[in-house]
Amino acid sequence: MSVQGTSAGPGRVVPMPGSGSGSGSDARGGRRLRHHVVTLLVENKAGVLVRVAGLFARRGFNIFSLAVAPTHDPRFSRISIVVDVESAPLQQVVDQLDKLVNVVEIGELHPLAAREAELLLLTVSADAVSRSQVIQLAEVFGAKVVDVGADALTLRFASAPEALDDFEEVMRPYGIRELQRTGRIALPKLGREA
Amino acid sequence: MELTGAQSLIKSLEQQGVEVVFGLPGGAILPVYDPIIDSSIRHILVRHEQGAGHAAEGYAQATGRPGVAIVTSGPGATNVVTPLANAYMDSTPLVVVTGQVARSAIGSDAFQEVDITGITAGVTKHNWLVTDAADIPRVVAEAFHVATTGRPGPVLIDFPKDVANATTTWHEPGPIDLPGYSPPSSPDPAAIAAAADLLLAAERPVLYVGGGVLKAEASAALAELVELTGAPVVTTLMARGAFPDSDPRCLGMPGMHGNYTAVTAVQRSDVLVALGSRFDDRVTGKVDAFAPGAKVVHVDVDRAEIGKVRRPDVAVVADCRAAIEALVAVIRGRSGADAADPRRIAPWIALLDEWRQRFPLVYDAARDVPAGGSSLDGGPALKPQFVIEQLRDATPDDTVLVSGVGQHQMWATQFWAFDHPRTWVNSGGLGTMGFAVPAAIGAKVGRPDRTVWAVDGDGCFQMTAQELVTASAERIPVKIAILNNAYLGMVRQWQHMFYEERYSEVYLSPDLPDYVMWAEAMGCVGLRVTSPEEVRPAIDKANAIDDRPVVIDFRTDSMEQVYPMVPSGASNDDIVVHPSQQGLPR
Repeated sequence: MSVQGTSAGPGRVVPMPGSGSGSGSDARGGRRLRHHVVTLLVENKAGVLVRVAGLFARRGFNIFSLAVAPTHDPRFSRISIVVDVESAPLQQVVDQLDKLVNVVEIGELHPLAAREAELLLLTVSADAVSRSQVIQLAEVFGAKVVDVGADALTLRFASAPEALDDFEEVMRPYGIRELQRTGRIALPKLGREA
Repeated sequence: MELTGAQSLIKSLEQQGVEVVFGLPGGAILPVYDPIIDSSIRHILVRHEQGAGHAAEGYAQATGRPGVAIVTSGPGATNVVTPLANAYMDSTPLVVVTGQVARSAIGSDAFQEVDITGITAGVTKHNWLVTDAADIPRVVAEAFHVATTGRPGPVLIDFPKDVANATTTWHEPGPIDLPGYSPPSSPDPAAIAAAADLLLAAERPVLYVGGGVLKAEASAALAELVELTGAPVVTTLMARGAFPDSDPRCLGMPGMHGNYTAVTAVQRSDVLVALGSRFDDRVTGKVDAFAPGAKVVHVDVDRAEIGKVRRPDVAVVADCRAAIEALVAVIRGRSGADAADPRRIAPWIALLDEWRQRFPLVYDAARDVPAGGSSLDGGPALKPQFVIEQLRDATPDDTVLVSGVGQHQMWATQFWAFDHPRTWVNSGGLGTMGFAVPAAIGAKVGRPDRTVWAVDGDGCFQMTAQELVTASAERIPVKIAILNNAYLGMVRQWQHMFYEERYSEVYLSPDLPDYVMWAEAMGCVGLRVTSPEEVRPAIDKANAIDDRPVVIDFRTDSMEQVYPMVPSGASNDDIVVHPSQQGLPR
């Protein structure tokens, strides 16, 4: 595989810029983070997703979430996988993924070193009484109303995954009828040193 | 140049230097079998596709070259899944071509259709579904490249019938372009220096040699390293022959049925240098209690093996030969207090010698069995270990020994003396019963100059014996020693030791089937041996036959157990030695 940052030898998996220690613990905030984001650049070939997902299943690694989409280069796709680092040591997950021939590049991101985003669509009960409250709350979060029914609203909200969790919690009392979240995607935080 | 996809495939195989393929035709692969008639490649027609896969493995293990098998779609393809899984576990380079239904029929549940690339994704290094005949030269070149480089392993090419029939033009495959695949090259000098520091400072070093040393053809480099440092060597089941058993610094095999000295040396080592070995559970026993005082150097071409089981103190991600040669060069360059000094380890070597004398591999003398007693005919029961020793002493030093899986396999690795690389062919990681007969055929095809003996169990033999028809038809004179104890012996041993001798579904009968008649029916010479004095003459007779396969039915003692044994999940410290040694001070 080729490598993020060219100084390491072939096959070497290098953390993406700003990557954390991989311990999964949050030294700064004290809150324990169980997940890491592994991003894979894969060849756009049939069956690649099956190979990646199959490897997780076979080796007993847990996937929290998964997002797949083509990159700006049509030969490649980007797979973002949120890995439960308590189910397996991260290095083992990365090393096994590295052995897949279609996986061209691997980066791993500690959540504290990443800008993460996720998209949510949610249909919530909203009758004449509660509708204005729901809309108001949506505005507070920066969510958008994308559909209006007789007694329900569908909202769209894109943000950091934790904000989505909060939003879900806030909406729950009104009666969530349907909810879908995409997998999490992430890019490394940018450095500010000149 | 215009040609069919099938012709392109065969031409590509020829270009890869393939001299023999093992296979069995069928509907979807039919187009490929036509150009085989005109090819320089020898095709060996097996009787079951599993036999094709294992024969290709035997060929690969004995020669170091990739084994090739061609089978049809559907059941033909699923029948090679076991060999693929076996080769994946044992890192054997294998290229399997499967027929597939026409592209337009894929996904329609067509006759003899299976999703073989999906099924085998977890047991191959990689696989390819060819969707365009123009891709064939490139795919074949990639397949051989992936199978044979880095950590070797099996690959599969799925080949739809209409692609085989399509007309295409030949073009030479360009340079390999696999952006996601690049095996490690040279070892990191800093890691090599750190490994040298540890090894030279050790007082109780052990070189824990695995199959990676054989795959990397690193035996000569290893011999140099041992010469330089005096460090003792253990060779795992997959590495027997990588360092000669006849060398006094070779302690033999570690692990569940390893000998006391090899197991205990690893356990008490202060520096354990793992060379192409993977800390398999059959070697480590209880991982937490494995070699507790050892600093570990781990050399492996597969980065994912580093730290998978045991976190090393020094990791070297490289081909074993490159790594060992680099280590030798560094150690040679050291002088003064930093230099190798075998005197440092003299007390350790003396202790190992003491253990070796106190705990040699032993077995009971043949006991008398009353007429009609147990499964035997009466008279002294033939000890399986005795048969192996006789076979060892009556065959050339460079004989290739092949085995199946079970008690007979353990006795073979314990009591044989392996003095050359690639003289031991067996199924290690997957533990595939029935491996021996087809693998012996493949080994003999790859090494026609060598005597090839298979030591097999009666249970194993019944799984794949039909390939002896292949051997007879193709004049492949393999020799099979069945250690016929009338039981699924290893399972019986576990039921004896761990299930209060409640024997459940392990009895097979010594004479159903009649192995001699069966052998004769398959065109082999069949012999039967029931007493110790018949052993040597029968082996000599078998050795003299070179125009057909020979099968000897050795009626061995059903009650024999494999010792020593580390019970599953126990610490290697709790090794159970032979009953005659159990009171001895450790």
